[in-house]
Parts: sequence; structure tokens; C-alpha cells
Amino acid sequence: MKPRNLAGWMFVAPALAVIGLFFILPVAAGLALSFTDFDLYALADLRNLRFAGLDNYVRVLSLPLFWTALLNTLEFVVLGVPLSIGLSLGCAVLLQSPLARFKPFFRTALFAPVVTTLVAVAVIWRYLFHVRYGLINSGLGHIGIGPIDWLGDPHWSMPAIVVFAVWKGFGANMIIFVAALQAIPDELYEAARIDGARRWAQFRHITLPMLGPTLLMVSVLTMAGYFQLFAEPYVMTQGGPLQSTVSVLYLMYEEGFRWWNLGQASAVAFLLFVLMVGVTQAMRRLGRGTEEAASA
Amino acid sequence: MTAASKRRRDPVALAVNFALVLAACFALAPLLWMLSVSFMQAGEASSYPPPLLPAHPTLANYVQLFAQAGMGRYFVNSLVVATALTLGSVLFNVMAGYAFAKLKFKGRDAAFQALMAALVIPGQVAMMPLYLMLKQMGLVNTWAGVVLPGLAGIFGIYMVRQYARSIPDALIEAARIDGAGEWRIFWQVVLPMLKPVVVTLAVFAFLGSWNDFMWPLIVLTDGQLHTLPVALASLSREHVQDSELMMAGAVVTVLPVLILFLALQKHYMQGLMMGSVK
Repeated sequence: MKPRNLAGWMFVAPALAVIGLFFILPVAAGLALSFTDFDLYALADLRNLRFAGLDNYVRVLSLPLFWTALLNTLEFVVLGVPLSIGLSLGCAVLLQSPLARFKPFFRTALFAPVVTTLVAVAVIWRYLFHVRYGLINSGLGHIGIGPIDWLGDPHWSMPAIVVFAVWKGFGANMIIFVAALQAIPDELYEAARIDGARRWAQFRHITLPMLGPTLLMVSVLTMAGYFQLFAEPYVMTQGGPLQSTVSVLYLMYEEGFRWWNLGQASAVAFLLFVLMVGVTQAMRRLGRGTEEAASA
Repeated sequence: MTAASKRRRDPVALAVNFALVLAACFALAPLLWMLSVSFMQAGEASSYPPPLLPAHPTLANYVQLFAQAGMGRYFVNSLVVATALTLGSVLFNVMAGYAFAKLKFKGRDAAFQALMAALVIPGQVAMMPLYLMLKQMGLVNTWAGVVLPGLAGIFGIYMVRQYARSIPDALIEAARIDGAGEWRIFWQVVLPMLKPVVVTLAVFAFLGSWNDFMWPLIVLTDGQLHTLPVALASLSREHVQDSELMMAGAVVTVLPVLILFLALQKHYMQGLMMGSVK
């Protein structure tokens, strides 16, 4: 096949132009912006812009609210990711079971929250969590648990948002797990059955190891998504109560587009980016290490 | 005893199906509750114990939304933005994905590697400069400002490339020997073969755009241009007490994407799995 340089580049040019102009260039500019004191004054007149070195990073890192936001985000990730993946995997295993009935219906029903509009369903859940008139407290009341002020109590606000986020997202990973489960050869289970392995032993020694790579990939992607918490607190709590649901991205939005400290907001964005890359890389390494240990 | 009745009495089978019913209730209950409350009289949902069904179903909330809150305008706004973004991004992503898979050109692999490397960068990092750029271009507070940055996506290109690799080279070569230009080959030979991935990409793009919140929130400062999620978020801050009205708003926002998903769910789920199997 002879090269067709012109034709090739013509086909990729529109997409590359969009990505270059509206993504790569702004990312590079964002890095530059994070080393300047770009604020409301610079927005009015660019002559007010000064190079600030690492000032933004120093200022952000000495901001108590940044650490609050970081801890809140980590709480969301640490609670939410295992819960979400556990529920996804559990439902996928149930859906794959030969004993399950009405599979297409259940699959669609469990997946439905994924395609819904986040803002709209966040509004729904805000009312479900209502301390007096919410269905959740009403249900808990039936089993003798007193009313919890889900979105008004700083101890419960983040767990409440976790419950909502898990509800919204677990179906996506479930579908990926279903596909991975289908790829496990039946012979493995048959051999295990002949050896007298019980259901749990089969799950533990066949299903989980065979799912290893999928599990790792899903964990990394889910974690990256959970680090980008924003719309849930924006709609449900506005970061409150007592800043208990301010996430890093929420802080970036407030700094950048409410107070117009665009330099400082860029520093927040890059700190989050570095943290995400660090955590997901560590997970990949850990996952690969476990796999090698298992196969050794 | 028949096999079916045996299966029904198996306690494990019972447990599996019971667990599935519970999970489905968890997934669907909030959506069903939204639908039910949207037909309640104003204030009805704020009583104790909270009612599950409307005592006297009414359409008043929907009438108020469209007549007074301008929901019709937001609906049209969302539709225009999502349609434009879907048409544009599908065309650009499919062109690029096909070229990366099937056309040989200098620098192709390097360009593709660079794109893949950029996949890890979260979009928020670009938001502040992108806003300033669009402001310079006079595109803040326009739909173009919402649509333009979404007109191509690395993940979409990757998805098309994976799919397009299965097109036999001989087919494209034969068309070339017949004297067809590259553009005509793309439209008449390649595009029909890519139809499944085109549908998947279109569903993803439309749902993604319809549901997107953060970027339209930043770019669209003028309420007249708001898309549904942005309008709903600001309505919900004004009307905290009007749960019935807000649920009607949520129905109007969510129902179109749910229907679209139900109609095309096979394609949507295939796309999801394509993204996961590398």
C-alpha cells in the first residue's frame, strides 16, 4: 500500500484541529496560567498580569479550604469506589447466573440510572434525603432508625452524596463486568465442579482471578471519575454544610469562575491532575504486582 | 417434577432472583418516585408520611414549567446544542478514526500515540484558559462556545479506529483501482461498513451533550441560552420548596434520554464494552 500523506492528513485534520485548539493548547496555557497572578484585574486589563512563579501553588497548599476539599474528595473516593465496584460486580454475577430470570429487564433496569441527567437525578435525591419528608428517612423510620439530617449534618452529607453517586454510576461497570464474565470459559467452572468446589470457592478461585485485568482497569477509571466530583455537591449541598462537601473541583470552580482567580484555580486543577495520575499509576503498579505474584 | 418447577423451588435460585428484584428497586425507585411526585398537587409531597402516589393527579406542574418557567425554551436549547454536537463530532471522529486505522501517512503513528497520551488529562485542566480563549473570540455566552470544544474527542477517535481496523484493505484498494477518490471511498464504501460504530458514537455524543453540566454552566451566563441541566440547577436553587414542580422539571430533562437509551440500548452497551476491551 503506498502512502497517501495528503489524504490521510486531510481526514484527521478537522479532529486534530479541534483537539489541538480547544484541548491541548488550553492545557498548556493552563500550566502557564498557574504561574501567573491572573485575577479579576487581569481579566479587565491584561497589563495587570504578572508572573508569579510558584506563588499560586504555595498559596493553595497553605489554604485550609484546599485541604478540607482534598480530604472531602478522598472520603468520597475511598467510600464510593469500593462500594460502586462491589455493587457492580455483585449485580453482574447475579445477572450472569443461569438461575436468574428476566435478564434483559433486570439489565436495563439496573443500567437506567447511568444514562439519566446528573443534575436532574441529583435534584430527585435531594428530596429523597429530606430530613422530614424524604422517603429514605420515612423508610428508616419503619425499622426504628430515627431521622437523619442527611444533607444538613456534616457527618452525613458526604456519605449521602456517595450513596447517590453509587446509585447513578454502578450500572456502567456492571455491563463491563458482565462482558468479562461471559468471556470466562465454562470448562473452568465444570472442572471445578467435578473437583467438588462450592460456589464461593469457584468465585474466589476462578471468577476473581479471571476478572483481574478488568477489575484493575475498572478501578482505575472509576477512581479517576470519582476524583472529579463536582455537580453532586453543586446541586445537592452547595458545598455545605460547614464545607463538608466542598470537593477539589468545586473549589476550582469557585476560585476560577466565581472569584475569577483564574491563576489560582489553574494551580488547583493541576494539583488535582498530579494527584490523580499518582494514585492511578500506583494502583496500576500494585495491580500488576499482584497479578505477577498470583501467576508466579 | 418438571425442570421449571424444580428451578422455582431451588432456594439459591430464589435468593438470586430476590437479590435482583431488590437491586432493580434500588435503581428504579427514585425514577418512579420522580414520575409520581411530578403529578402531585403543589405541596402534596411535603406532608408526613410522604405519599407515594398522587391523591388527585394533575398536570399543573408541567403547565407551570412550560408556561411560566420557560421550560420549552430550555428544551429546544438542549436539543439544538446536542444535535449540533452529535452531527459534528460523529463526522470528525469517524473521519479521523478511519484514517488512523486504514490510511497510511507520514506521522500517523506518532500523532495517534500523542492522542493516546493526552487521554489521561482531565478536561478541567483546560477550562480556565479555554474560557479566556473563547472570550477573546467572542464565543462566551454562545452555543458555539459550548459545541466547538466537543466537536472531536480522543475516546471517540479511538473507538472508531478499533472498529475500522476490521475493514478489509482489499475492499478499499479495489475502489481505488476503479478510480474512486479518497473522499468518495470514505462516503460510499467505508461509512456504510462503519454504521454500527457510528450509531454508538452518536448515542454517546447526544447523551453526553444532553447531560453535560459543568461546561455549559461556565460558558452560558445568559439565562435565555441555558440548556436543561443548567436551567434545572438554577430553578432548583430558586424553588427549593416546590418539590412537585422540580420533579416535573426532572422528568422533562430525563425522559428524552431514557427513551433514546431504551430505543438504542444495544448500541450504547456495545460502545461501553468496546471502551473496556482493549
